[in-house]
Amino acid sequence: MTFRIGPRTNQIIAYSILLLMTLITVVVLFFIIGYVFKNGIGQLSLEFLTDKTRDMGKEGGILPSILGTFFVTIFAIIIATPLGVGSAVYLVEYTKGGLIHRIISFGADCLAGVPSIIFGLFGFIFFVIRLNLGWSIISGGLTLAVMIIPTIIRTTEEAIKAVPHSFREISYSLGGGKLDTILKVVLPTSLPGILTGVILGIGRAVGETAAVIFTAGSSLGIPTSAFSSTRTLAVHFYILAREGISMPKAYATATVLIIIILLVNFIAYRLMHRFMAKYY
Amino acid sequence: MKDKIAEKLLLFIAFSAILSLLLITFFIFQQGIPLIFKVGLSNFFSTHWAPTRGNFGILSMIIGSLMVTAGALVVGIPFGLACAIFLAEFSSPPIQKTLKPIIELLAGIPSVVYGFIGIVILVPFIREHFGGPGFSVLAASIILGIMILPTIVSISYDALLAVPNTYREGSYAVGATKWQTVVMLLLPAARSGIVAGIILGMGRAIGETMAVIMIAGNALKIPHSMLDSVRTLTSTLALELGYATGDHRAALFACGSFLFLIIILLNIIAIKITGRK
Amino acid sequence: MEKHPEIQINVQGGGSTAGIQATFNKICDIGTSSRNLKISEKDLKVIVIAIDGIAVIVHKDNSVNNLSTEDIRSIFSGKIENWQDLGGRDEKIIPVTREEGSGTRGSFEDMIMGDGIISDACLVQDSNGSVREIIATTPQGIGYISVGLVDEREKAVAINGVKPTLANLITCKYKFSRPFLLLLLEEPKGNIKEFIDYVLSKEGQDILKKDGLIPATEIYND
Repeated sequence: MTFRIGPRTNQIIAYSILLLMTLITVVVLFFIIGYVFKNGIGQLSLEFLTDKTRDMGKEGGILPSILGTFFVTIFAIIIATPLGVGSAVYLVEYTKGGLIHRIISFGADCLAGVPSIIFGLFGFIFFVIRLNLGWSIISGGLTLAVMIIPTIIRTTEEAIKAVPHSFREISYSLGGGKLDTILKVVLPTSLPGILTGVILGIGRAVGETAAVIFTAGSSLGIPTSAFSSTRTLAVHFYILAREGISMPKAYATATVLIIIILLVNFIAYRLMHRFMAKYY
Repeated sequence: MKDKIAEKLLLFIAFSAILSLLLITFFIFQQGIPLIFKVGLSNFFSTHWAPTRGNFGILSMIIGSLMVTAGALVVGIPFGLACAIFLAEFSSPPIQKTLKPIIELLAGIPSVVYGFIGIVILVPFIREHFGGPGFSVLAASIILGIMILPTIVSISYDALLAVPNTYREGSYAVGATKWQTVVMLLLPAARSGIVAGIILGMGRAIGETMAVIMIAGNALKIPHSMLDSVRTLTSTLALELGYATGDHRAALFACGSFLFLIIILLNIIAIKITGRK
Repeated sequence: MEKHPEIQINVQGGGSTAGIQATFNKICDIGTSSRNLKISEKDLKVIVIAIDGIAVIVHKDNSVNNLSTEDIRSIFSGKIENWQDLGGRDEKIIPVTREEGSGTRGSFEDMIMGDGIISDACLVQDSNGSVREIIATTPQGIGYISVGLVDEREKAVAINGVKPTLANLITCKYKFSRPFLLLLLEEPKGNIKEFIDYVLSKEGQDILKKDGLIPATEIYND
């Protein structure tokens, strides 16, 4: 006796499985975030956010890490954005799909996929030791910058390429030069897309550990200069959690870290939507 | 005139950026490749890694990286594809707009948080219910699988959406169900995009460091089962970078070069498959 | 730091070899190590600030309380694989070691492993704290950490019948001790000298004592 499941039943089974698996994925996500928040929210207070870290993290707050994360990230963005956006503009507007363009895009793609520990390796030997910058915000910032430049080049490239040619042609036909066209038409139009890439780069930098721990170090003091060593939030969490110094503080640090990243991603998402809405 | 200056300036900027990226690439290879020739290929590709005693065999770590990556794909591909198919073909736009960003949020969670969740929840669970130290290939595979999910979902979703609607309409017109359409028409049509996404996910899994250090146990021995501890190439870099000198440090750069080459290889494959320019 | 608020003291983590290397590479002013320097590292100035013991730790609920040096050697080299062989439960031993550049591991290898080699099958962690964390939460685990770090979440076994207490360390009844060193490239001057003087002062040494270490001054003044 042959038993065949008809296509309708097949579909119901398939749909149920797909739905189930999607739900599991979403549940896992909420579980991870929820677990961290549940254990960490209790510790959060204005005091925790503004207090110095004491007793290697057992006591006190996370102000040094918040400041450290902020400075390292800002440093990285200030260097990476002009370099990344400028390169992408040059590639798209001036080399237009030639061999050089393709090679550089391929290189950027590869470097965007290179593991962050390798950037940490490079940064430690080159910036910290060779250039004698020591464990510092500068070393960390430079390392993160080179890490996110490829990503910014890629996303900016996509954003600029998406600007319809007609826009450029209209500008030229109205007598605008190339620079004018870029500055007044292409860039403003692709701005949301570019910003999305930059903000996603910020998100990645904030959550980064491997590249930062070997370059910015793990010092717990309040950073006083670009040459200060500092411990970013992700590094602080990593150390607290792994060494069992203080689980409550670890959870709280992770909570702050996740909240910051959620905010950053949310902003990027809204921007991307504005961008897509304009053209799709 | 303004245009000329602008062009030169942009060229300079692009040049600096490219230069810095080239610098890193060359630095890594220049530091690492000579060591491979110095100790010989048979040493470098042996299974014995004891750098302070002159053994630079990375084979056990390559196998480790491959095992956890394979495990991650076993977890990530089914769930990733399932979510992508569900979102692209079986849900309405409002659901798509809500669920997709939520799933992509998974990509934003820092790897150390994943590692931590692995330590406090997954590792004890595996140890108590399956045996072994808990710090294992299995733990790493599950966590890595979750970490690469968003990549696979995102790219597969885009690949599916890119299949022209005419395909679907034609299929429904001859009486096929949605599911039949997906399996027999859409998935094959989106195949290259999906595979590219999987390859990208592979790259992420191979390159993950922090989460793996926290939950894989880092034992140097080649694992005999999913429940054994394992050491990946990336873990070795992170564990030994702080103190390695001389040949040992060069060996770490050699590992880095090797990882770099793998990523380049994966990217080449991805491009060939998608025919992207 | 409260007395000199204008001076910043930055502390970095990493194992002993990392500290020694950092001193040579001039990326730190004072390096630290928890093992003696090797012959190849002898060009640094060394200041002993405390003595610490190496404790072998197991889970709180482990019934094993005492191990011989030979036992420990066999466990970490992979010759003994089950707690049963040592009078414990029928469970596979999960040994945890430090990374190769660790001073703690170096001291452990010198003093306890001797000619034996730590097996490739041992789990590897890169700090005392993480080894302690794992042992505290893994019933079948065994590892080695600084005596000063042992707390009530795990149990330090007696070795050859001798418990790793401070008293036993001072009288050298517990033989497994190693020095905590401050390392410099040149004679200490200015702020660095003040810091070192502080560490060696009564106030500084009391702090070390509070953390479970034996202050250097106590050893050398006996």
